[in-house]
Amino acid sequence: MSKPYYDAADLRKFGKITEWSEELGNKFFDYYGKVFEEGALTAREKSLIALAVAHTEQCPYCIDAYTKDSLQRGVTKEEMMEAIHVGAAIKSGATLVHGVQMMNKVNKLDG
Amino acid sequence: MATKSLKKLGSDLAQSNKQLEILSNGIFQNGELPTFKAKISETSQFPLKAKKLEILQINVGYMCNQVCDHCHVDAGPDRKEIMTRDTMRQCLEVIKNTGAHTLDLTGGAPEMNPDFRWFVEEAAKAGIKDFIVRSNLTIIRANKKYYDLPEFFKKHNVHVVSSMPHWTRGKTDKQRGDGVFDKSIKALQELNAVGYGMPGSDLRLDLVYNPSGAFLPGDQASMEKDFKKALMEDFGIEFHNLFAITNLPIARFLDFLIASENYEDYMYSLVEAYNPAAVENVMCTNTISISWDGYLFDCDFNQMLELPVNSKSKHISDFNEELLEGRNIVISQHCYGCTAGAGSSCQGVVA
Repeated sequence: MSKPYYDAADLRKFGKITEWSEELGNKFFDYYGKVFEEGALTAREKSLIALAVAHTEQCPYCIDAYTKDSLQRGVTKEEMMEAIHVGAAIKSGATLVHGVQMMNKVNKLDG
Repeated sequence: MATKSLKKLGSDLAQSNKQLEILSNGIFQNGELPTFKAKISETSQFPLKAKKLEILQINVGYMCNQVCDHCHVDAGPDRKEIMTRDTMRQCLEVIKNTGAHTLDLTGGAPEMNPDFRWFVEEAAKAGIKDFIVRSNLTIIRANKKYYDLPEFFKKHNVHVVSSMPHWTRGKTDKQRGDGVFDKSIKALQELNAVGYGMPGSDLRLDLVYNPSGAFLPGDQASMEKDFKKALMEDFGIEFHNLFAITNLPIARFLDFLIASENYEDYMYSLVEAYNPAAVENVMCTNTISISWDGYLFDCDFNQMLELPVNSKSKHISDFNEELLEGRNIVISQHCYGCTAGAGSSCQGVVA
């Protein structure tokens, strides 16, 4: 039987990355924790940004984590879906804006 | 949406021993997760001991007009356990003589007890500092005979504490039943109209938030801000404080966790969020919970699990505050629900 590359239970073991490189691992988690603290942006706003980015990065662990985090912060499913559309719009926009490069090249090569 | 209690449905999980068995087996038996006893022992907090009594919480019956998805009481219209006037008289004797500063009436819907008003009138005479009634709000709109409850509460200076799972209709009705949101909003507006919840008002109106699913509550202060903004903008509603309460894995919430295959993940979340500072102030250390038939428990959750106080004083008829102080609190894995993150109690966060 083949094993999947991703196992949902692995998310719980994320903290273990410090075991093989303690200083760097700890610095990362300190930074990570600090980023998500209430600041100029609320923790709720940060959670929605993280959820959108989790989708554009297509990270299943992050999607699990920030869907739950959003729910914990009282975010509604309509707000979550809209946030994902923001990510999707940027992704597709980023693809399509390169169309200008294609057009420039066509115009140069083929008048 | 549930319409009947687990008890009425004849579910295994209506039995407290079955729930306790689940909470002690599996991931806690095979050592994957530490038991609550082992966890609090790490910080030398075992045995957990009762301090001076501050809060008397009385459950006047399990009957309710609602059947909420996650009710830890498994309350509903089909529950017939109701406190009698005789037991209330015994409670009044205790209320008159107790050193506790808070009296907290809960249920079910406490207002559905036929002797509820008599009991409130009598208890109010004892002059206890903070007299709470946990009202589900919809009861105020359920029947004409309850329409005057806001005035009645005001007359006796009752502190109203009400459940409100979300500021949107969809999330509220999903958890508490169709139409609950609209009725709750109307009830809150009526409470505001008689002065409850207004800025600077002595008529206290607090809301209780508990998550609608298998996740922990967010930061209480942030949630309060969000609730206040939304309820004011959308409905012109004012209230004082929001209490964020964690769902404990018992009764209907345990049933939901198991059926939705969230049980293990949820227990992991609770254990990972374990906070020894919350253990210091966990509500069982300053509360006695009294059941509809007069028995004494460390908390409402232990009452539902039928885990009586570890004391010679076991019933309201032989209530002895001195004897109860210093008793060892009865614990099991459900206790992780009160020690996760900022902690959880009937008054919200504790750490």
